[in-house]
Amino acid sequence: MVKVAVLQFPGSNCDLDTLYVLRNVIKLDAELVWHREFKANVYDAVVLPGGFSYGDALRAGVIAAYSPAMKHVKEMAREGKPVLGICNGFQILVEAGILPGALVRNDTLTFICKWVYLRLENNKTVFTWKGKVGQVLAMPIAHNEGKYFNDEKGLKELYENEQVVFRYSNINGEVTPEANPNGSLDNIAGICNVERNVLGLMPHPERAAEVILSPYRTKDGLLIFEAMAEFLRGKGVATSRWS
Amino acid sequence: MENKSAAKDPEGETIMRELMHRNGFETVRKVRTGKYLRIEVEAENKEKAREIVFKMCNDLRIFNPVIHVCSIREADV
Repeated sequence: MVKVAVLQFPGSNCDLDTLYVLRNVIKLDAELVWHREFKANVYDAVVLPGGFSYGDALRAGVIAAYSPAMKHVKEMAREGKPVLGICNGFQILVEAGILPGALVRNDTLTFICKWVYLRLENNKTVFTWKGKVGQVLAMPIAHNEGKYFNDEKGLKELYENEQVVFRYSNINGEVTPEANPNGSLDNIAGICNVERNVLGLMPHPERAAEVILSPYRTKDGLLIFEAMAEFLRGKGVATSRWS
Repeated sequence: MENKSAAKDPEGETIMRELMHRNGFETVRKVRTGKYLRIEVEAENKEKAREIVFKMCNDLRIFNPVIHVCSIREADV
């Protein structure tokens, strides 16, 4: 049976929500793992949940990025296992160099907590192969440092390698400046690695995985977890198909 | 500006303990975080510029004298 880890750092606070979705909604064998006890070879996938690891000291995610656990996460990423970073988890993946770019302070200079719309830009990943390009998903964001940044060369590479997975849009899927909550470059909300088995995103799919949680009676966040679960159970298309 | 030495700096302590000490830099003895403002002012000379900034830092409460220490350094633009 496949086993999924939800990696805990001091200050993680979306760990239980994520675990709940994996266990109770998706029915996967999942467990919380303290970062010092984490071993790559025990798990088939790992989720880095949201929160404020190490109190966001220095930069959000940077201290967790140097935890020995991240060597194991890197190993899993290299082996093609699904690695999902949500919010602070995304920040950690970026600081660890597993995903490119930077996540900096919102243009508003405020913490933003609200529901947004996302346009799916790439459905050739472990986490989005069940969706359609152009599909609009509703999910909440809750962050202070969620503005995605990369230099010109980095942005070009992201598009060349089809690494842009989600962009902030309006309800019609139009990617406009008005739909950009935090000043992210090109409205980028989530990206994957070149191999498409690592996804990082600022919005919270675990908070949008059941109808009861959504102001729109949607459960769009489920798409990501279902795609990962079916991939793990062998029903999904193989990663090699996209390379 | 940074916290007075009597005031704790939890962020600096976390950076030292969890990032530096834990990753092979055990010789680090102290880390204090702070905030740095690079201010360009129009003035006849450096002394005048310093006076303006000094007054501004106090008048506008750029730092909180209860807990912070603040230092001003001049440089050419």
